[in-house]
Amino acid sequence: MTLEILAVDDSRTMRDMIKLALLPEGFTVHTADDGVHGIEVLSGIEPDAIITDINMPRMDGFGFIDAVRDQSKHRSTPILVLTTEAAPELKKRAREAGATGWIVKPFDPEKLVKALQMVAG
Amino acid sequence: MTTDPMAEIRASFFIECEELLEALQDGLQMMDEGEDDPETINIVFRAVHSIKGGAGAFGLEALVRFAHRYETVLDEVRAGRLLVDPDALKVFFQAADHLSDLVRISRDEAPLPEEETVHLLEALDAFLGDTPSEEEAAEEDIDFQPMGLALDLDLNGEDVSEDSDAFPSLDDLPPPPDFNTENDGASETYTIVFTPKAELFETGNEPSLLLRNLGDLGEAQVVCDASELPDLADLTPELPHLSWTINLATEADEGEIRSIFEFVEGLCTLEIAAGNGPAHADQNHSDIPHNLPEITPPETLGPPPESRSAPVPAPQSAPASLAGEQQTEETTPAERAPVKDKSAKPAAAPAAKSVVRVDLDRIERLVNLVGELVINQAMLSQSLEQSGISPHSDAMSGLEEFQRLTRDIQDSVMMIRAQPVKSLFQRMSRIVREASAAVGKDVRLQTFGEATEVDKTVIERLADPLTHMIRNAVDHGLESRDDRIAAGKEPQGRVNLTAAHRSGRVVIEIADDGAGINRPKVLQIAIDKGLIAPDANLSDSEIDNLLFLPGFSTASVVSDLSGRGVGMDVVRTAIQALGGRITITSEPEKGTTFSISLPLTLAVLDGMVVEVAGETLVLPLNLVVETLTLENEGVKMLRPGHNVIEVRSGFVPLFDLGHALGYREPVTDFEGSVALLIAQEDESRAALVIDNIQDQRQVVIKGLDDSFHRAPGIAAATILGDGQIALILDPSDIIANAGPMPRTSPAYSSEGLSA
Repeated sequence: MTLEILAVDDSRTMRDMIKLALLPEGFTVHTADDGVHGIEVLSGIEPDAIITDINMPRMDGFGFIDAVRDQSKHRSTPILVLTTEAAPELKKRAREAGATGWIVKPFDPEKLVKALQMVAG
Repeated sequence: MTTDPMAEIRASFFIECEELLEALQDGLQMMDEGEDDPETINIVFRAVHSIKGGAGAFGLEALVRFAHRYETVLDEVRAGRLLVDPDALKVFFQAADHLSDLVRISRDEAPLPEEETVHLLEALDAFLGDTPSEEEAAEEDIDFQPMGLALDLDLNGEDVSEDSDAFPSLDDLPPPPDFNTENDGASETYTIVFTPKAELFETGNEPSLLLRNLGDLGEAQVVCDASELPDLADLTPELPHLSWTINLATEADEGEIRSIFEFVEGLCTLEIAAGNGPAHADQNHSDIPHNLPEITPPETLGPPPESRSAPVPAPQSAPASLAGEQQTEETTPAERAPVKDKSAKPAAAPAAKSVVRVDLDRIERLVNLVGELVINQAMLSQSLEQSGISPHSDAMSGLEEFQRLTRDIQDSVMMIRAQPVKSLFQRMSRIVREASAAVGKDVRLQTFGEATEVDKTVIERLADPLTHMIRNAVDHGLESRDDRIAAGKEPQGRVNLTAAHRSGRVVIEIADDGAGINRPKVLQIAIDKGLIAPDANLSDSEIDNLLFLPGFSTASVVSDLSGRGVGMDVVRTAIQALGGRITITSEPEKGTTFSISLPLTLAVLDGMVVEVAGETLVLPLNLVVETLTLENEGVKMLRPGHNVIEVRSGFVPLFDLGHALGYREPVTDFEGSVALLIAQEDESRAALVIDNIQDQRQVVIKGLDDSFHRAPGIAAATILGDGQIALILDPSDIIANAGPMPRTSPAYSSEGLSA
């Protein structure tokens, strides 16, 4: 099943990795470099799910999720947070910000795909 | 492209690392200069963080390990728990240097510098103080394999702490191991009761997907409880009103079932019980929880009955109150607000420019092709001229247009290769840190003109000479702390590194505020080593230039740092190989400045084609200020062989180019001769006597390789439009060599020719 994904991460390596994991699965992947850019890209697309990093310049992941959730059409768009920390409080924060789920970096491509399918169908 | 995509991403990761390390250096530099706004600290933190993130993806464990600890300390700074004092910054700088080493080592798969890593980690850990538990946790974090979604990591802990009153404790739930082995491979039946809370929808989770995923695990019978559903008039769409009971026959264990609900944990009430569910599938679900204790005990295990009976009514009788409780615990508006505040703050960092990364080889090829184009265009225009075609013909005006385009293309191509010297300067700041630590001096490096752009090749080849000169400045140039205080100077020594564009060249200066060159000592050493005659009478600047003699070393004690057998002569050779020049100015007690002047590009030159003694030569056009026609009365002789001419309000030295190059005897009759007024970087001027000016045109610089003896004054060669080879001159070098200095020292003057 093909999904349209927006991946927001300030690291080019991470964006490349996400693409490498998702493109062979037939996903359509849009990328953005930070939260502000992510919002810009989002205005032109209707992704089935969003993946975002937390630590980013200009607008961090929490701010980005807030901004996405503020748009009524994205109130229920699944958002996965990419984090290097498995710390419970980080997950908690991500959830408070309105994230649907989280993925621990570095991620296993298979599990990323599975997680996306899990939240976005 | 058939290359391995992972290898490509890996390569691009290391390029990204370079950028991140640069940002890290910048950030630390700003912090060093007293900048302490949160965004600066954030940039520093993010750089380390991103390196760690990428390194993890490629299993670069040493890099991850170090970056993680560094990041942990920076996080303390970011959180305001750690104050950054100069000592801390020193460690941060060292850690950044080490991180950059580790990146390089990881890229080249070289042996790891364990000892240094351990040493720095200790220094970093010292900032964390006595927090062993945190350390251990960190340790665990680092050890995670480059795999893993960590789907089931912390569930137990969280469950107990957050939801113990809502859920049965996980400890009570799972079937004991022996039970599992008994039923190995067999399908187990679970009864799952799932009641979403309002927050589940707020986070974009979808019950139907969860149920479907559950169905993927095995055979599921799902019953929906709509009893809580209000009338349509009272219905609030955002609030969940449904509950589901699923009887799942699966081979998966409870952990896998729970993992499906990982993202909604705490956002729903969830009960999972192992048991012979199917019998009750069509039973009124509202009864199921009550029945559970009765159903499960025989099949499962001892402890459940009591523990399970307690939470059972919860999902049914008190969903509303529970939801309220959970909300205050987990998602109070007050907690959300700060998050929003933080993120809404506009960050100062500018948007990254859009860039394309191109293999340098491709650019080289383009540069070469454009070079050929220039030659070709020159040949074409020459043959058109010779064909006697009218200068006003379409062909000729078209050719002019062609010329203009060629020039534009050339400029654009050169711009592709140009890079700011910033990365080079950053490397130098590391050299200063290391060198000053090695000799125990307190030194501050200040850089200016970091944005000055120079050809990439030049930047790369400047690194070694600059490193050597910076080390020299720290080691020999600056005095010891005590000497500085005695001399009434600031205890902290200064080294300034400056880059600027000046008269079509790039000038890089390394200036220290040390004691200046000890000229009597330099002279004595040169005499002792037999480099000059004992009775040589040298000017100050000639003495300074002795430093460039091969095998010259001024340090009376060869220190650890410099004196590795690389002298300033090697530096000068390297600079000259780039078509550059190096000069020294020094003032006692004030300091020494080395000035390197380099061509902007190594590929093309705007040249003036001249004729001297029957030879065709090219001079860099940008150095020619004006052309003069000489008259004998304008030329004044200072002494035989040394003439000056009066230009406007001043006198400038006059040199015969043909004589300076050894083509002919000095010209004595200047009447009607043509001279070029040359401006040098130090703003001094001189006039060169030539026979004739042929043309002004772009020439492609063809380097003279090592098989040619390096002749002073000759920078390179080129191929002219008619296919003839012409030498490209470096007038400043010629003037310096034929300079007005009295040539009293045969040893010294011969050096000028053989260097």
